[in-house]
Amino acid sequence: MKRLRPPRRGIAISAAVLMATTGLAACGGSGGSGSGPAHLTWYINPDVGNADASKGGQATLAKECSQASGGKYRIKVQLLPNSASDQRIQLLRRLAGGDKTMDLMSVDPAFVSEFAAAGYFAPVPKNMIDDFKADRVQSSIDASTYGGKLMSVPFWSNTQLLWYKKSVAKKAGLDMSKPITWDQLIKGAQRAKMQIGVQAKLYEGYSVWINALVAGAGGEVVKNPNATYENIKLGLDTKAGKDAAKIIHDVSSTGVGGPAMGNSTETESLNLFSSKKGGFLVNWPYTYGAYAGKDKADVAATMYPQTVQGEKAAPPYGGIQLAVGKDSQHADLAYQAAACITNQKHQADYMAASGNPASRKGAYETAEVKKAFPNGIAAEIRKSLDVAAARPLTPYWGDISTALQQKFSPPSSVNQQTPAKTQSFILKVLNGKALL
Amino acid sequence: MSTVAETTKADLTSEEQAHLSDRAKGERNLGWRLAGPAFIVMLLVTLYPIGYAVYLSLFNYRLTDPAGKKMVWLQNYITALSDPLFWQAFVTTLVIVIVTLVFELILGMAIAMVMHRVVWPRRTLRTVVLIPYAIVTVVSGFSWLYAAQIDTGFFNHWLHFLTFGGFSENFNWFGGRWSSLTIICLSEIWKTTPFMSLLLLAGLAQVDSAQEEAAKVDGATWMQRFTKVILPNMKAALMVALLFRTLDAVRIYDNPYVMTGGANKTQTLSMLVGTETVSRVEIGMGSALAVILFLIVLIIAFIFVKLFKVDLTTSGRS
Repeated sequence: MKRLRPPRRGIAISAAVLMATTGLAACGGSGGSGSGPAHLTWYINPDVGNADASKGGQATLAKECSQASGGKYRIKVQLLPNSASDQRIQLLRRLAGGDKTMDLMSVDPAFVSEFAAAGYFAPVPKNMIDDFKADRVQSSIDASTYGGKLMSVPFWSNTQLLWYKKSVAKKAGLDMSKPITWDQLIKGAQRAKMQIGVQAKLYEGYSVWINALVAGAGGEVVKNPNATYENIKLGLDTKAGKDAAKIIHDVSSTGVGGPAMGNSTETESLNLFSSKKGGFLVNWPYTYGAYAGKDKADVAATMYPQTVQGEKAAPPYGGIQLAVGKDSQHADLAYQAAACITNQKHQADYMAASGNPASRKGAYETAEVKKAFPNGIAAEIRKSLDVAAARPLTPYWGDISTALQQKFSPPSSVNQQTPAKTQSFILKVLNGKALL
Repeated sequence: MSTVAETTKADLTSEEQAHLSDRAKGERNLGWRLAGPAFIVMLLVTLYPIGYAVYLSLFNYRLTDPAGKKMVWLQNYITALSDPLFWQAFVTTLVIVIVTLVFELILGMAIAMVMHRVVWPRRTLRTVVLIPYAIVTVVSGFSWLYAAQIDTGFFNHWLHFLTFGGFSENFNWFGGRWSSLTIICLSEIWKTTPFMSLLLLAGLAQVDSAQEEAAKVDGATWMQRFTKVILPNMKAALMVALLFRTLDAVRIYDNPYVMTGGANKTQTLSMLVGTETVSRVEIGMGSALAVILFLIVLIIAFIFVKLFKVDLTTSGRS
């Protein structure tokens, strides 16, 4: 009998441990509805600090707002995958599955409409709408709006600038103080025997470029973004679409896009710009902080190039919106947290630390932001945001974007027929007549 | 159990036939009662999802657009079967199935015959052979990916060395369709040959050694003994092994997903189903493709069972 004891005691101990842990788990799950702070989960996209709260990234904001809440809530961050498409899939699966931990999430504006149309977001409290719109750049409010209603909270508002090296622009004979067209840029780069960094790999960034070119020619990729898939009208098979195709064709065929243009994302194009061959680059503001060349004083930025001479440029709009899931058990607290995360001080701090531009206009006037983006770059970003064009705010953007990238790849194959072919393919895909 | 059955059987020999059939009926009832719950659970977890998939496949239904859900009857099937992307995935899958099956069968047979003959480190050998099969496919996929990549890989280095510089060290295996498929097939063969060889070893054990010796005495060559004695005797096991591997290979997903993600026309049918349902959340079209994949599997099983006369019950027992 004595021999049997130790194993029995082992079983008893493990059972006790098991019960204790399940008890603890139950405690954590209840989310502090009675006493103690509520636990909010914030799904963040990777940034400067990722999950590390000491680097000034979203994790830092989470920590500071938890402390500032006075014990009302505590925000825990969960890191999403790197690529925008993988972030979308993870958020989408959780939202569709009714995950109750979707308290706060950082969403790419390209997917806000899709989620909002599906009813995945908790409504913004009426008394907070004005606060969330106050002092924000218009493009960030537009990106947060679906069907005339504010669906998410503007957080970052990114835009692309035309980056150039002053010495190269001089050699190319370009006056960068005036608006530049793509045509002038290509010819200038040829004269200076220098290259232009663009994003033309088969990924979301290529759609960003195509959309900016079409919008710059006064066109729209999607004419009626609020329509259902049966009634959607595209504006690719137009003069604007053909103008866009011509620029992509020219950048590729003249070789100014570099040898690896068809494999180039933000990173590759920035590397090209940092190299000796790089003269120009269209890219997001993080470029300045990430520029690796020694001649950083030579780097300057101006407004995104025009597609058509005289027609206002339409720089791409990017960024991140904050949204609250419909099944969140603390939607009100989550919106309070969103207000804290996007207050003036946090916006300026975050922009200076992470290099991701704020959606609040006030942030651009602060000393810390001007220091992080010197030589008037901060003002240039602010100016670009006023005219930036968002990608079509349609729930079908995911499919449209993929189809767009596929038909425009490789960039060397783009010709004047490409827009028409792409348009009919996208319509077939949306109507379930072709696979993607 | 068997002793009880034998004694009752002995007791019953003098009794009437009717009594025996009562007992048989009772046994059958007991059998149903014992196996019934498991059978119902099986139906619930397999038949219900299959039925639901068939139902969903009749709709144009996107998860993020519930209002746009529309009955389109067989339109999804027509679209899928007339789409070039579907046939491209079909050809890719077919190539992978045929190539891997041929190599796995030959290599598996060779390994099985070695394992059958070897006496001394028998158990060790059988364990060692099984190692690749024990590795998670995603892990083996990544190993082969890193081994063949330009920056981390050693393939190019050795091929370059062994061909005296004839093979470029900068060859991008994942840059084209057929070179990508080569690595995918190699990885698949490496991983599943052990499974094949184990099934074939079981078949080899069935072969009556007396027949083999008789053939040997009669002067049959090794080849004659192999084709006339060994193969016919292990046909059932061989066919079951082939059937299992074919059905497995048709569903291939992890290896190409890890290595190419479907780039350069290396998307397989399972990956296509995945893209439609998981990333595009087109539940209707995804279900239609899944049903088509299921039908392909059924047709293959039917061909094996009817045309090659595979009897799953007898070889299962052996």
